[in-house]
Amino acid sequence: MPEPATIQVLINQAPHDLPANATLADALQRVGIAPPFAAAVNLQFVPKTQYACHVLHPNDQIELIAPITGG
Amino acid sequence: MSMESPMSTSSPLTLYGETFTSRLLLGTSRYPSPSVLLAAVERAQPAMLTASLRRQTGAGGEASQSFWNLLREAKVPVLPNTAGCHSLQEAITTAEMAREVFNTDWIKLELIGDDYTLQPDTLNLPEAASRLIKAGFKVLPYCTEDLVLCQRLVDVGCQAVMPWAAPIGTGKGPVNPSALRTLRERLSVPLIVDAGLGLPSHACQVMEWGYDAVLLNTAVALAQEPVVMAGAFADAVQAGHNAFLAGAMQAQDTAQPSTPVLGTPFWHHA
Repeated sequence: MPEPATIQVLINQAPHDLPANATLADALQRVGIAPPFAAAVNLQFVPKTQYACHVLHPNDQIELIAPITGG
Repeated sequence: MSMESPMSTSSPLTLYGETFTSRLLLGTSRYPSPSVLLAAVERAQPAMLTASLRRQTGAGGEASQSFWNLLREAKVPVLPNTAGCHSLQEAITTAEMAREVFNTDWIKLELIGDDYTLQPDTLNLPEAASRLIKAGFKVLPYCTEDLVLCQRLVDVGCQAVMPWAAPIGTGKGPVNPSALRTLRERLSVPLIVDAGLGLPSHACQVMEWGYDAVLLNTAVALAQEPVVMAGAFADAVQAGHNAFLAGAMQAQDTAQPSTPVLGTPFWHHA
C-alpha cells in the first residue's frame, strides 16, 4: 500500500497539510514565523539546530512560541 | 568626615553565584504601554525582568518582536517563566524553549496546581526543579510559604526559593506573616517573596524580616502612576533591607520615656 502523499499536522492547534516526510523546517516555512521563537513537537523541545532533520509524522502537534510579557 | 553607612556594609544579592545590585525583580505584564514599562524599568533599576512565551503565528508576531526589542533596550537580565504550565513535562519543555529563545539558564519555575488561586503544584514542584537543575538550569521556584516544601526545593538543589505572599495579582500583601518569618528563620538560602504584594510597605515589611529580594508585577503595572510606583517599591525594598541590617529594637509592652526623667523641671512641685 503506497504511503500518502501528504500528512496532516497541527501547528499551534491549527491543521496544516504537508508533504510526506516533511521536516520541522518545512512546517516553519509554511507558517512563515520569524525569530525569535522556539519549537516543540509532541511536547518535546526541538533545538533549532535540528529543524532541518526532524522529520514530521501524521498528527504531530507542533508548538511555536515567542517572547511576550510575563510576571 | 564620613561615616560608614549600613548600606556600604551590605553585600549584594547573590543568586547561583551571580551578584545583583538591586533586590527588586520586576514583571513586564499589564502595563498601560511599552513606553511606561520601559520608564518603570529605568526608574526601578531591577535586578531582573520576568518574561514569558506564548504561541505565536501571524499578526501576534509584531507584538512579540516589539517586546523583544524592548527587552534588549532595557539591558536588564531576563528571567523567563513557565507561567501556565500544569504538568511536569510542560514546565520542562517550556523551560528548554525559553533557554533557547532568551539565551539564558535562568528560569522562574511556575507549576500551577489550582487555576482559581494559581497555587503552585506543591507535590510535583520539587521533581520539576530537580530535573531542571540536572539539565543545567538556575531554577527560581515560585512556591508557597510551606516550610517543608521549601526545604525539599533546597534539598534538590535550588539555591534560592520564591514563596508567595498572597495569590498572584491580589495585592493583599503577606497573608501568613508567621509562616514567612519561620521560613526566614529556618532556611539560609536566599528567599525572594514572589507574588501578592500590593504596596511598597508590604515589600518593606518582608525585607525587614530578612528576605533577600521581592518579585512583583501587578502592583506597579496597575498603579495609577506606574513609574512613580516602581520608584516607591525600589526605595521600599532598599529601606527594608537597610532596616534588617540595622537590627530593630525589641518591642515593649510598657511605655519608656525617651527624654531623660532626671532633672525634669517642676517635678513634684505640685
